Amino acid sequence: MKRFNAIFKKEFLGYFNSPIAYVYLFVYIGLTNWLFFKTYFLSEQASMRSYFGILPILFLFFVPAVTMRLWAEEKKSGTIEILFTLPLQVVEVVLGKFLAAFAFLAVSLLLSISVPISVGISGNPEWGPIACGYLGAFLMGGAYLAIGMFVSNLTENQIIAFILGVVITFGFYILGSPIVTFSLPNFVVPLLTFLGLGNHYDSIMRGVLDSRDIAYYLSMIGVFLFLNTYTIETRKWR
Amino acid sequence: MIKVENLKKVYGEITAVDNISFEVNKGEIIGFLGPNGAGKTTTMKILTCFIGATSGSASIAGYDVERESFDVRNRVGYLPENAPLYTDMDVLSFLKFIAEIRLISGSVLGPRLEQITATCGLKNVLRRPIAQLSKGFRQRVGLAQAMLHNPDVLILDEPTSGLDPNQIVEIRELIKNLGKEKTVILSTHILPEVAATCSRAIIINEGKIVAKGTLAELSSHSQEYVVAKIRGDRQAVESKLKTVPGADAVRFKEERNGLSTFEITPKKGAPAAEEVFRAVADGGFSLAELRTEGASLEDVFQRLTRSVS
Repeated sequence: MKRFNAIFKKEFLGYFNSPIAYVYLFVYIGLTNWLFFKTYFLSEQASMRSYFGILPILFLFFVPAVTMRLWAEEKKSGTIEILFTLPLQVVEVVLGKFLAAFAFLAVSLLLSISVPISVGISGNPEWGPIACGYLGAFLMGGAYLAIGMFVSNLTENQIIAFILGVVITFGFYILGSPIVTFSLPNFVVPLLTFLGLGNHYDSIMRGVLDSRDIAYYLSMIGVFLFLNTYTIETRKWR
Repeated sequence: MIKVENLKKVYGEITAVDNISFEVNKGEIIGFLGPNGAGKTTTMKILTCFIGATSGSASIAGYDVERESFDVRNRVGYLPENAPLYTDMDVLSFLKFIAEIRLISGSVLGPRLEQITATCGLKNVLRRPIAQLSKGFRQRVGLAQAMLHNPDVLILDEPTSGLDPNQIVEIRELIKNLGKEKTVILSTHILPEVAATCSRAIIINEGKIVAKGTLAELSSHSQEYVVAKIRGDRQAVESKLKTVPGADAVRFKEERNGLSTFEITPKKGAPAAEEVFRAVADGGFSLAELRTEGASLEDVFQRLTRSVS
């Protein structure tokens, strides 16, 4: 547990040791607020639907930016050799890095608190869907993070890690949407609809809390963290 | 303390380490010597559990590097080649991070950090980001990191590369002192380093061990020879030298400014240099230089590893 803490602390503070964190937070908060408030006062609706609606697309670019360095940087600079010759379990490192990235994502979501505050002041919103929206955003963000972090382990180039991360999360995102499923045989459609990252978020965002949606995101996270651990453990033999 | 048996590592079609075996006893400093790409780093990476061997086995303090990797990593301090470090951290937080993972905490941590930063000469840079440090200081941070938990075994991949001459001397002294109670393996392609610090050397080339032993043992591999610079007609000098009773072989090296250089391999035990002098005087030539060469580590090394280059 102490070792896990050490990794978590180092990775989380690592974001703030470099300018990346500040640039990221500035752009993220600026962009989400601007996109939201651009139409908010015209819509005359005290809800955060449009805020949560753009998150899946924004995360497509913002989340791989958070995860791209996690492994690629260690490989490029060679520090991975220090890391994995220390008495550490691979799982401790994977979880430490993942949760540090998750905490960073949480910081960026919490810093956009200006949105719900404005909504609360300017109208009388239903808080249920807003809470659900945040839960959905955390879950979906977690799944994106797990995918992005896994991809970062496939290369030592951060730019490639970023681009691959965007492409693969986008692939999962559109998997269940009509644009993919309309041309496919009927029997695979339910499967793809279930696997797609987007559909589950849409139903949580509407305020429908279904354990299947939550289980879906948790298992996506679990699967990619497992794959990540597995590829590192087998790296030795290549 | 360290035992390596028939270790082999194959990357695709390249055999980086080819069936090597050696042992290192407690309190020894072993120099791992070889040209670049000989397989030194690969062997060290296997010993520190960073990569797995294709076949063969290795153990440190009785723990197998593959099956008991955790115990091995607990007991080994490792300085990888070029000392890769987390450059966005400052020296102190980096060392504290390593200490946390090594489970050094509480009342032990302070004095330990104090001691190690003093030993490695890091006192004045503790608050500096590693990114701003020179190569020499980074190397020291890498050493500090490897020694922090007071390991029984230290594995150092080119510990003095990138240091200036004064720092090299300092680091060598440091390693020598460490070797009094610890087992150290260091790799290098700088020969004087081995002569200066190590009790034994293992010479490795193209993945194979070509020689191992104490420095005296290694030097005995190489035969001495006499170098003579002589003024006079080349042919005449050469035929005269061939009459020297103690000479096994005479090789003409070069001719410059009328001086011909010859290398004479003596028969075992023969006073070849004296005989060459007498022959030269006898033939009426003049002798510009006469010296005995060989039996140096450089010589052994070059002879054993020349096939590659």
